[in-house]
Amino acid sequence: MEPVVQLHGAVTLLGRFPALAGIDLEVAAGEIVLLRGPNGAGKTTLLRLCAGLLPVARGDVRVLGHDLTDRRQARAVRRRVGLLGHATGLYDELTVADNVRFWGRAAGAAPEDITGAMAACTLDGRLAGLPVVHLSAGQRRRTSLACLLARRPKLWLLDEPHAGLDQDGRDLLDGLVRRAVAAGATVLLASHELDRAEALADRVVTIVGGTTDAAVPPATPAEPLLVP
Amino acid sequence: MFRDATLIAGKDLRVELRSKVTLQQVAPFAILVLILFGVALDPDRGILTRASAGLFWVAVLLCGLLAIQRAFTIEAADGGRDALRLSGLDPAGIFLGKAAAIFVQLAALEGVLAIGVVVMYGTAVTGVVLLLATCLAATAGLAAAGTLYGVLAAGLRVRETLLPILLLPVLAPVLIGATKAFEAALGGAAADGWPWCGLLVTFALLYTTFGTLAFGPLLEES
Repeated sequence: MEPVVQLHGAVTLLGRFPALAGIDLEVAAGEIVLLRGPNGAGKTTLLRLCAGLLPVARGDVRVLGHDLTDRRQARAVRRRVGLLGHATGLYDELTVADNVRFWGRAAGAAPEDITGAMAACTLDGRLAGLPVVHLSAGQRRRTSLACLLARRPKLWLLDEPHAGLDQDGRDLLDGLVRRAVAAGATVLLASHELDRAEALADRVVTIVGGTTDAAVPPATPAEPLLVP
Repeated sequence: MFRDATLIAGKDLRVELRSKVTLQQVAPFAILVLILFGVALDPDRGILTRASAGLFWVAVLLCGLLAIQRAFTIEAADGGRDALRLSGLDPAGIFLGKAAAIFVQLAALEGVLAIGVVVMYGTAVTGVVLLLATCLAATAGLAAAGTLYGVLAAGLRVRETLLPILLLPVLAPVLIGATKAFEAALGGAAADGWPWCGLLVTFALLYTTFGTLAFGPLLEES
């Protein structure tokens, strides 16, 4: 089976400047791969490249079977990936429910997927009617996660996904990731919270100076599947 | 494409309804502009009446700039542009949706400004059909060109100052055409105004077509 993510000698551009130093990476279907490395190593850039948001300046990049050197194929990839990044993409003036509904409908999600995503992120109570501007950082993160969940992406790209979440939120996120993988999704995540992220990952890839250093097994075995 | 346009327009209008920026900031600004024109030209009320068509459209242009800036500011906050690119929405649909939302806001502002011109400048309303047709065509052109240049400037750090510099010269045909058509309608010679209205329709169609085609690449590159 073709890997979900295949990068060979990939270099992208941040503005006019090259980023990533010819990175090689393969992620198989159903895998959870953790990217670790120091600040500025290129983890976020790599995730954005895989999402089809950055151009391929050199090398080969294939994601979900699409060749991202062809910019037209990038749009097809974007529909099938979910990126949980530092920015949430939420509209402050709209309520939690409005935001999840909007991004879900934009991706063609069915109404039951949208309500299901909100329930899965425990946003279906009083929070649903609250404008996003009044939310805490953790609640914003959960709303953003619900938007991603409503899209039912095949590839989850998670950039510091645990940041801002409390203990319950982190457990919730890890459970959702495992459920998504059990349902056929693939996950690529970047994190500095190594204990928790390594427990979640099947494999760890270290990035230094824009290139992969070595693939090592996670420090601890993955926790059993959480099924609510 | 039209499903996506409806989704975007609905979202933008909902954001405006909740934030009330158009109601509480842009509309008062529009009235303020009319008052300032009145203060500057008050010694001769005849000038105000004669110039009311041009003053109305200058006020619409200034308010339009604010509405267009606002339409792209909400996307700039918290990674909205990347989220839009990732959404899978058709860029042509995003363009049409944002232009439609700006159209609705400008049309509402024009209603407020029209009342202001009649009350403050004593302008008698004649040639209503031509006035309405001119408003529709000019507003569509403003919204289409504004959306196109709005996304062009949105990715730049100097967008607040760059947008008026880019957009106002482009909108000169709208200002001239709409003013001439209004003058004809208010002067009781509506037949003279229809060719100007035709120019406005052409402008709107050109920018709507061009925007539908160019918005995607501009969203990607800017």
